Amino acid sequence: MSVTTAPLAGVWNPAGWLKRREPVLAILLIGMMLLIGLRAPVFLSQRNLDTVLTDSTILVMLAAGQMLVIMTRGIDLSVAANLALSGMVAALIQLQFPGVPIGFLIAAAMLVGLTLGAFNGLLVAYVRIPPIVVTLGTMSIYRGLIFVVSGGGWVTSNQMTDIFLNLPRMRFLGLTSMVWCAVVVVALVYVFLRHTRYGRELYAVGGNPVAARYLGIDLPARQFMVYCLSGLIAGLCGYLWVARYAIAYTELAMAFELQVVAACVIGGISIAGGIGTLGGAVLGALFLSVIYNALPVINVSPFWQMAIAGIVILVAVAINARDEASGTRRILRESHAGSGKGERPSP
Amino acid sequence: MTSRHTAIPDRPPWTVGDFLLRWEVMLIGLLAVVVTANSLISPYFLNMYSLADSTFNFSEKAIIALSMALVIICRDIDLSVAAIIALASTAMGLAAEAGAGVPMLAVIGIVVGIIAGGVNGAIVTRFAVPAIVVTIGTMSLYRGISYIVLGDTSLSEYPADFWVLGQGYAFGLIPYEFIIFLVLAAIMAFVLHGTVIGRNIYAIGNNPTAAQFSGIPVDRYRFCLFTLNGAFAGLSAVLLTSRIGSTRPNIALGWELEVVTVVVLGGVSILGGSGTIPGVVLAVLVLGMFTFGLGLINVPGIVMSIFIGLLLIGAIALPILLRRAMERLRSHS
Repeated sequence: MSVTTAPLAGVWNPAGWLKRREPVLAILLIGMMLLIGLRAPVFLSQRNLDTVLTDSTILVMLAAGQMLVIMTRGIDLSVAANLALSGMVAALIQLQFPGVPIGFLIAAAMLVGLTLGAFNGLLVAYVRIPPIVVTLGTMSIYRGLIFVVSGGGWVTSNQMTDIFLNLPRMRFLGLTSMVWCAVVVVALVYVFLRHTRYGRELYAVGGNPVAARYLGIDLPARQFMVYCLSGLIAGLCGYLWVARYAIAYTELAMAFELQVVAACVIGGISIAGGIGTLGGAVLGALFLSVIYNALPVINVSPFWQMAIAGIVILVAVAINARDEASGTRRILRESHAGSGKGERPSP
Repeated sequence: MTSRHTAIPDRPPWTVGDFLLRWEVMLIGLLAVVVTANSLISPYFLNMYSLADSTFNFSEKAIIALSMALVIICRDIDLSVAAIIALASTAMGLAAEAGAGVPMLAVIGIVVGIIAGGVNGAIVTRFAVPAIVVTIGTMSLYRGISYIVLGDTSLSEYPADFWVLGQGYAFGLIPYEFIIFLVLAAIMAFVLHGTVIGRNIYAIGNNPTAAQFSGIPVDRYRFCLFTLNGAFAGLSAVLLTSRIGSTRPNIALGWELEVVTVVVLGGVSILGGSGTIPGVVLAVLVLGMFTFGLGLINVPGIVMSIFIGLLLIGAIALPILLRRAMERLRSHS
């Protein structure tokens, strides 16, 4: 009797490939863009695609960081407040000391982000408070701190130095530096998740924390690390956001954390931990960005944004649920079939 | 034979130390500290009328906190409550423009809340997905509908006598809103602590699988609690709309987090299975008096959010850290 149920790893199986989340999302994404292009050809113009891509970078990077957190059964609701605070600090430093080199400003924003992320990580991993409570609390703390450091004021484009404003707009090989920045961040997270021990351990931590501990994985250290990484990325995005939109104020990026979580959910990252790929998170973020950017192009009022995002999230949730449920059933069926074969008397 | 019956006592023996470490008792202490501090800081604090008026600032959120407590005890969470307020308020605004009277408006607000909550419950139980993701989705959807309908306009064509619900006083002193909150709190406390329904909710929160196998219709309970939460959010929308007299799509923005904060501060475990209504009521008062005091000394609202965040994290972290320190002391001696 030959075993035919499980295909060998490495054999390319078109049907199986199409059952995976990432190719389906990619096809949907391209199909959606083509449909929008049929309605409004300007959407597929090189200039517009360039804008859409640049606009999506911050969501892509934050989703990559959030994905790491969700993998460990956590959630980081403070990313948007962290981003806004880090961006405000960078903007205030260049306002006070216009001569400071740009590299130092970006490093400062990332350092602030890392510190805020580490504070989350400390409370989650070592004090052992549930992540949703911690980041709910730090979200309002960080948001309030923006008001405190800025005195409630705004930093606008005419208060920003040229290099501070122009760096995200600079182009290399035809793409904006923001796009390159996102490419580098995603590549680093990919290597981390695929090719380092720490990254692989995140799947174990999220999949089964008890088993992970028995394996000798330092659970608190891994949790602490993901919140630090999420914070670090939020800090970097803080500078990029403030520089690209040329403004820093207290309500900057308000409620953006929900889009970040939504991108992960669309990308098939299981909120219960342990399941998900970086490709899914990135495609989820691109998916949302394309929808947001397409609405004004096809003459739909931007007031539709929120409702459409909500429907997309709910559909993604339903699909995730079906996938996960059929996965369980498949395992049950296979093991059942297997035991049935064993018991069947040979003729 | 008798030793077998006494081996596991009905309840742990009553000790002064345990009593003082109870969450509700600590909240009473915290409330006393806040009230004392407020009355020392400002001479305007201990005034019957200003105290009664201060309840306007939190009564609507407090009402949702009651049903949210049950949802969280049942191991779920509902982040869409503020969006339900926006949706219900929008529906009321449209109905008022069409000429609906005050009782009709109240019914519409609550019914929209029930429907929205029921949709949450249906999706959560039907697809067996974590409530946090579903309600992030419906939060976006409900408020999104409000934005589609209203855009950047607002509705304020409410009937002349509509204000009474949200701004009226009983006996010329206590706001109706606060009385509604107290009555609902009493009902919810009875349901949770005095009926089988309440015991079942705790059972589900502690172990849904075991609860299911003991014959509790787990999904029906969860569906009903989401619907109840929607109904309370709808009621809250009626009161809030009546109080401010207009509807914008960004009404009650961010309230879901304040409601969850109050519930967690009230001693309800975010992991489900424990917490009490008296605890939530005390947390409502502590937070209400705290922000009222900060307002008296002119602290801006956004800075208050720092203190609220610190209070939330501190209230949970301190007991954990204290217990750890005690254990370390004990193991050393």
